[in-house]
Amino acid sequence: MTALDTPARGPSRPAGSSAQDTSVRPRRSLASRVASGAAGGVLRVFLVLVAVFWLVPTFGLLVSSFRDPKDIAESGWWTALTAPAQLTAASYESLLENDAVTGSLLNTVWITVPATLLVILIGAMAGYAFAWMDFKGRDWWFMAVVALLVVPVQVALIPLSSLFGTLGIFGDIIGVVLFHVGFGLPFAIFLLRNFFAEIPRELLEAARLDGAGEARLFLTVVMPLAAPALASLGIFQFLWVWNDMLVALVFSDSGSQPLTVALQQQVRQFGANIDVLAPGAFISMVIPLVVFFAFQRQFVSGVMAGAVK
Amino acid sequence: MANSVAKSTEGAGALLTPSVPPRKSVTGTRLWVAVLFLLPALVLLGSLVVYPIGYSVWRSLYDADGSGFVGLGNYVDLFTDDATLTAVRNTAVWVAVAPALVTALGLIFAVLTERVRWGTAFKLIVFMPMAISMLAAGIIFRLVYEADPDRGVANAVVTSVHDTFSDAAVYPKARPNAQVSDLKASGGGSFTTSGTVQAGTPVLLPLVGIAPNKLPGDPQDAKAAPTGGDRVTGTVWLDFRLGGGGEKGAIDAREKALKGVKVEAVEDGKVVASATSAADGTFSLPAEADGAQLRLPGSNFAAPYNGIDWLGPALVTPAIIGSYVWMWAGFAMVLIAAGLAGVDRNLLEAARVDGANEWQVFRRVTVPLLAPVLSVVLVTLMINVMKVFDLVYIIAPQPSQDEANVLALQLFLSSFGGGGNNGLGSAIGVILLLLVLPVMWVNIRRLRKERQR
Repeated sequence: MTALDTPARGPSRPAGSSAQDTSVRPRRSLASRVASGAAGGVLRVFLVLVAVFWLVPTFGLLVSSFRDPKDIAESGWWTALTAPAQLTAASYESLLENDAVTGSLLNTVWITVPATLLVILIGAMAGYAFAWMDFKGRDWWFMAVVALLVVPVQVALIPLSSLFGTLGIFGDIIGVVLFHVGFGLPFAIFLLRNFFAEIPRELLEAARLDGAGEARLFLTVVMPLAAPALASLGIFQFLWVWNDMLVALVFSDSGSQPLTVALQQQVRQFGANIDVLAPGAFISMVIPLVVFFAFQRQFVSGVMAGAVK
Repeated sequence: MANSVAKSTEGAGALLTPSVPPRKSVTGTRLWVAVLFLLPALVLLGSLVVYPIGYSVWRSLYDADGSGFVGLGNYVDLFTDDATLTAVRNTAVWVAVAPALVTALGLIFAVLTERVRWGTAFKLIVFMPMAISMLAAGIIFRLVYEADPDRGVANAVVTSVHDTFSDAAVYPKARPNAQVSDLKASGGGSFTTSGTVQAGTPVLLPLVGIAPNKLPGDPQDAKAAPTGGDRVTGTVWLDFRLGGGGEKGAIDAREKALKGVKVEAVEDGKVVASATSAADGTFSLPAEADGAQLRLPGSNFAAPYNGIDWLGPALVTPAIIGSYVWMWAGFAMVLIAAGLAGVDRNLLEAARVDGANEWQVFRRVTVPLLAPVLSVVLVTLMINVMKVFDLVYIIAPQPSQDEANVLALQLFLSSFGGGGNNGLGSAIGVILLLLVLPVMWVNIRRLRKERQR
């Protein structure tokens, strides 16, 4: 397969070595073909093994989530592969009938949706201002925002819990949402400002000549053009908040806690609570996995761009 | 060349800022309009990100409840107290090991998947864990690492590999039938005959305590040992058959042999000969055993190998790092694959034409060309690893939590998990911030450079 094997390359070699070449090539070609064939086989086996290795942990929890707690205590999930009669959706049923669980699932939605929409809207407004408006110190302000990109969320846990306590929103969904908005903004502004800045000037000028003001320009020209960037940002922020545990662990209480926190409380008795944890983890994974498979491109670009967080 | 690599990984975080020259407004913005667009963002950033930084620095100089000024005391505590020092040390281990491991795996996967047709499917599988929460990943791996080989898949694999390579068949619950057997417990889990044995007279060593259908492998029926000769012979077997019946202490039809049982001949407390029972349960000791007592050493009845204590104090951090690698290898792989797509294939071909083998091409051409992407991935992962919290909090069981401790977890425990020490917690927060300052500086410098162009 390599260029070395193709006879067409022969003439490009120095004429002096061509006699030797013709005597050696067939053997070498055969040997290298066999070698590369064997290597290809080894490579394929290796990659298949890695793929299996990557799938088994998740698959194990998936199978466990469909088993009876008694079976889980007695035998490994792999025994269910040969005895599929073990499989039952009972754990899911009892979980979805549990008000605490469905309530926390709803809380996850109530936290994630506003935190995503607010970041997109507020980030887009600021990004647009940084890209297309003239004001003094614009570059300095933008630089300050870029500096905030890598600030770890941990640094704000203690200060904001006392601030939210003073404001009376500690333990409230609003507090959790605000936290995620604050820490989602630097990346949103950075990403969108760079995207907006690449919009052709002529487009904006044409709209301006039609009599559009800043607000209309922003809403009817800039935002629709930025749809791909908004999608990447939205998906990233959505998953970030949906999957968060730490922020919610600190800022929510039993009434406002999302699913991650509700599940985390069951982990201490891992063995005894596996019938809650396994299906619970899968319920929390459904949305991210659907998003992942449905929007692979935006997902990858969003995660790639935002990983620094 | 380097340009195309950078371009293909554009948006790989703040480290590679796309170059965009500043634009002039098309509308001639009035100041109040700009303020209106910026105000929500600046108010939120100021109160939720900037103010907390200042507060943390100030708070870290005060004691647990904020009443007394302690200067840098919290920082001194952080690096001297045993508990927090473990967290510091573990975070250092994480930063030193995890990013390098993830990047190396990502590089290997990215290079190898280019050579198979189903590379995209492979990438999808390895990248998938990036979509799920650290909590879910933690639960997944808590199950993988369960100590019981009948629950955790890691130990199930380890024990079955171990049992394949060590042929010592052991019967952990077997014991002699006290009513009919001459065998008596002799300490250390072993059993010894009370009488002595003679050559030529087969010895019967009946054991009970295991169900015949729970015997490992495919056991044969027990056979009586041959009589006569100058060797000491005998049979070790399970003196019980399904459905009952048969005479106690005698080898009945369908009673199963116990193979692989070690039998020692003991004289005056010294082992003079030893043998292992065959598949039909018989054993044969040389003539020296004549007149000795027979002993079944405790190793025959030792508890079975139970695998590795993954989440015990010694291995808990490596085990959790393993789960992190599982989550993030896909991230490194996809970024590096994007960089690889921008590499000029002619350079690789040229090296091959010059006679370099695949390893040399990889080592001398591919890796150097990918160096910018590799460093981006490495730095990104380092920033990420410094803050690792969820995985440790979920996977480490309570008894191992101290050994698995990391800075982000210690912060949480100090301030919210019952520690009640906001001074120490703030100090840890400030340390985490200081650790990412170099990256912050690189980001800003890059931005300024682009402005000046």
